[in-house]
Amino acid sequence: MKTRNILIGMLLLVTFAMQSQDRFLTRTGHIKFYSEAPMENIEANNHKVLSIVDLSKGQVAVDLLIKAFEFEKKLMQEHFNENYMESEKFPKSTFKGTFTVPEALKSMTDGSYELDVKGDLTIHGVTKPIETKSTLTLKGGKLSGSLLFNVNVKEFDIKIPNVVVKNIAETVEVTANFDYEVYK
Amino acid sequence: MRKTLLLTTLLLLSIFSIKAQDDLLDILNNEQAPETNYALATFKGARLINGHTIVTRKAKELEFIISHRFGRINTGIDEFFGLDGANVRFSLEYGITNDLTGGIGRNSFEKVYDGFLKYALLKQSTGKVNMPISVTAFSSVAIRTLDDPTFQADDFNSKVSYTHQLLLARKFSEKFSFQFAPTYVHRNKVLGNQENDIIALGIGGRMKLNTRLALNAEYYYRLTSEIDPTYKDSIGIGLEIETGGHVFHLNLANSRSMVERGFITETDGNFFKGDIHFGFNISRVF
Repeated sequence: MKTRNILIGMLLLVTFAMQSQDRFLTRTGHIKFYSEAPMENIEANNHKVLSIVDLSKGQVAVDLLIKAFEFEKKLMQEHFNENYMESEKFPKSTFKGTFTVPEALKSMTDGSYELDVKGDLTIHGVTKPIETKSTLTLKGGKLSGSLLFNVNVKEFDIKIPNVVVKNIAETVEVTANFDYEVYK
Repeated sequence: MRKTLLLTTLLLLSIFSIKAQDDLLDILNNEQAPETNYALATFKGARLINGHTIVTRKAKELEFIISHRFGRINTGIDEFFGLDGANVRFSLEYGITNDLTGGIGRNSFEKVYDGFLKYALLKQSTGKVNMPISVTAFSSVAIRTLDDPTFQADDFNSKVSYTHQLLLARKFSEKFSFQFAPTYVHRNKVLGNQENDIIALGIGGRMKLNTRLALNAEYYYRLTSEIDPTYKDSIGIGLEIETGGHVFHLNLANSRSMVERGFITETDGNFFKGDIHFGFNISRVF
């Protein structure tokens, strides 16, 4: 009887520990995209990106609102939302990926870990598999992550008319930075 | 023993519930804070045809608009369907803040200088803040510098007119926006059979044809007891083409003037008899 209680107690504790330590979340992640074209360079920033990492399973997810991207020129922001991303129709962009968790990271050893992340990127209602390198850094119980990848605009069915072809790059560089906190 | 069983069940359940929240994207979806989702681009331009829309320029944006209104189409080949006679309006409009825009313009017809202020009071939105319509207040002053021979004494004061509008608009769908514009125009000096103060109700809409093209229409109904039958209600339809920082309007309207006093209270063409002026607006935002 007592043994059973202790066992259950331990199980409970383990579940608790699993939940409280392996998942990390941020609501203020930063994603920037940069388009370099002959006529102009365009940069936009989103500081309200949600992301979560599960270190026990080697999973990561990112979720953001397209309308939260901020441009220096507001008219450009309007065009981005209305003409290109159609953000009324497709308000969100998401990423869901997996990676192999290094043993040292599993045992929560401080350090910087380079990971190969594979997953599905959804932009403008189109989902494409992508592979990218990502860095996760663990320091004093805090986890931060960064990744960089290129998005080919055409692949996501985003049309760029000929008149602005010199203003918008075909391939847009996306960088992401996340400072995670333990998710309970 | 019973207690243990209960505990075990509870434990199982709790593990289960964790399992249910296993999809990371679902977790993120639940973590998303409520946002205010403002209606985008109810109208693309600050003008519908001749009249203003609820659109204001964002802070520090400068817009330059060049507009032309040609003569009447029904003047035929002699006047090259009106293209021989053109009047021009240039205007500069600047976003003082995101909600307040100021502008100055000059219309060659009657040599009118005008200045206006426009303030976005409400913005249509859903989500955290739910607002069914957008409302912008508009006020302008216009000064005619061409002498009017019908006035005996045409001093400075008699050349001035004022317009106040409340622009109410709603984007009903991705494709359709509608605007209602109660308008008050005061003309300092008019002829005996005309009214100094005119109230008009403007209606207008924008129908998106595709991401670049839209159809605009505008009508100003005058609530007036003016005896002078010269003046008609202003009617206009137009095609809107949008490319990057430019907006082009190709219009057909029965009004010659591009200033509020002119097209709302002094439109002299009969649209249905072919007194139609072809015109265009070119807008560039810097």
